[in-house]
Amino acid sequence: MKHTISVMVENKFGVLARVAGLFSARGYNITSLAVSETLDPGISCMTIVVDAKDETILEQIEKQLNKLIDVITVTDVTKKEHVDRELVLVRVNYAAKDKAKLESLLRKFVAKLVQHKEDTAIIEAVGDQAQIKQLLEELGQFGIKELVRTGRIAMAH
Amino acid sequence: MKLSGSLILLECLKREGVEVIFGYPGGQILPTFDKIYDFGLKFILTRHEQGAAHAADGYARVTGKVGVCIATSGPGATNLVTGIANAYMDSIPMVAITGQVRTTLIGNDAFQEADITGITRPITKHNFLVKDVKDLARIVREAFYIASTGRPGPVLIDLPSDVQLAEAEFEWPEEVKIIGYNPTYVGHPGQIKRAAKLIAQAKKPILYLGGGIITSGASLEALELAEKINCPVTWTLMGIGGFPATHRLSLGMLGMHGTAYANHSIMESDLIIAVGARFDDRVTGRLDAFAPGAKVIHIDIDPSSISKNVKVDVPIVGDCRQVLRALIDDLGHGPEIDEWLKFVEALKKKYPMSYKEKSKIMPQYVIEELDAVTKGDAIICTEVGQHQMWAAQWYKYIKPRTFISSGGLGTMGFGFPAAMGAKIGRPEKIVFNVAGDGSIQMNIQELATCVANDIHVKVAILNNGYLGMVRQWQELFYKHRYSYTPITSPDFVRLAESYGAVGIRVEHKKDVRPALERAIETDNTVFIDFRVEEEENVFPMVPAGEAINNIIGGLA
Repeated sequence: MKHTISVMVENKFGVLARVAGLFSARGYNITSLAVSETLDPGISCMTIVVDAKDETILEQIEKQLNKLIDVITVTDVTKKEHVDRELVLVRVNYAAKDKAKLESLLRKFVAKLVQHKEDTAIIEAVGDQAQIKQLLEELGQFGIKELVRTGRIAMAH
Repeated sequence: MKLSGSLILLECLKREGVEVIFGYPGGQILPTFDKIYDFGLKFILTRHEQGAAHAADGYARVTGKVGVCIATSGPGATNLVTGIANAYMDSIPMVAITGQVRTTLIGNDAFQEADITGITRPITKHNFLVKDVKDLARIVREAFYIASTGRPGPVLIDLPSDVQLAEAEFEWPEEVKIIGYNPTYVGHPGQIKRAAKLIAQAKKPILYLGGGIITSGASLEALELAEKINCPVTWTLMGIGGFPATHRLSLGMLGMHGTAYANHSIMESDLIIAVGARFDDRVTGRLDAFAPGAKVIHIDIDPSSISKNVKVDVPIVGDCRQVLRALIDDLGHGPEIDEWLKFVEALKKKYPMSYKEKSKIMPQYVIEELDAVTKGDAIICTEVGQHQMWAAQWYKYIKPRTFISSGGLGTMGFGFPAAMGAKIGRPEKIVFNVAGDGSIQMNIQELATCVANDIHVKVAILNNGYLGMVRQWQELFYKHRYSYTPITSPDFVRLAESYGAVGIRVEHKKDVRPALERAIETDNTVFIDFRVEEEENVFPMVPAGEAINNIIGGLA
């Protein structure tokens, strides 16, 4: 099952490598990873999405993360009431005749056309996992040329 | 007062109570060696950086203090790596200091540059690259704090040469505060109560002790708890010395080469009280068959060790000594377990430790004689292999910090330099390194260090002409195909003499004890070349991946 883990770390060089190394050393796969500063510039927040086969592995991941000296707190937000979002940029084929169709599609989502050039357009969208998945499926009809995602960020209540 | 980075480092080491540094100089650590020259801290020049790391490790194991080693950048630093990994696996407090190319050259593939913080990340508890001399005092303080608290481990400080030369105001940070690091020492009272309740209800309890007993200094508490419950006690390789082997409740070591009665007992038990142990694969054998009827109380300072391998009924995170004290106080009276003790006693009678005399000196006999001659009170270091297991099985350790062995990593070449460090840490003790003819050749260069510094370590080589443990596996599991396990050695007697040490060769049983006595009386480093039975095996043995009551060999 996929878990979203929110990790507060000291903002020091090498922290990302320590966290990444912890996963790679145990053969655990990171589905997505987003890192940024928090209100306190000395602390960064890492949102890590992992696919843990069972509870034991998840427990080990949390314990091993906590064991890192630079890690301050580890929270499995999946187990709490939370909001999660991801930002995606999608470049799709774009022809003037499709404009209305594309725009009506985008209105169903938190999405907009941010730039178009020659025969492609870049679309920006924000949403949770299901919304993004749905959007990408629907955009498929135009032909997706390129896709970039930020990885999930999350906040527990 | 402004001091250079090198002096700040040394000043910090002094204030941390460091008595001795093991190391080797080189280009990028030169500024610091220039200050070591007349600083007044004891320095031991080893003949290989690996020797320095193991010596610091051995020193830490016998004293309980933080061992310190130092090397230059690049190859100096990478030569420490095995020693650091070894200390990491056995939770040994160590601070390793490495020179680094100057900050402006880092990442440039400069001469003798290696990304040692990157290389050692998975084998250190933590590591630091010092980029600014102003951070140095705090970093050294944090390094010692991290190395020696919680579950101890090695910490590396990488020190670029320009930072060693740069000056800063020296301020010793009295307090250490690391927001993400707060080890738990006091066990949860509710959990301790639950543990006490389980113990009171147990019919077949067993105490299973690991290295955490030694680290936390919990031997007396373990003894008190065992006597209060009146239950049998077994231990891991790392737990040797944590409980007196001569005690009536002692079952000796368990696991792959543990006693048959320890293995059968834990398999039959209904409650395992695990203290400072981590249910390593060498202990549990096949996990799904391990102690099927037992509930588990697991006391450990490292939360990640708990419920990692076996399901735990009562986890207690905390310092072993403090938790045991609280547990003893919570425990009313021990359970009624006379039947269980009788059963365990019968197992002891049924499966005693034994070996058969053959034509040559038996390696087990050498260890028994070593035990007799030193009355179980020497510090015994080992390399890795058959001799290590015999030293674990046949010497009766009665005190903690007297058995010094590479448990987790299994590092051949560890014993001799570790014995050096041990002798420096405990100069009043007799220190033996029990070695094989293979292992001793892995760091034999340290003979020069011993002789030059009057470190009178005694080395007992159980010389069987083989890499014995691997040969044993080849005999048992690879159809006697001895692929590259027969190994030649130099003439150890003449080799020792050429270094200025003393060499003794022993070929007959009757000469074993006189040789050991002579070695102890000799005021020098001594190598004893015991020519032992070539194809003797370590028994009992549980084949890898089998249930630990599936024991082969060694049964009378």
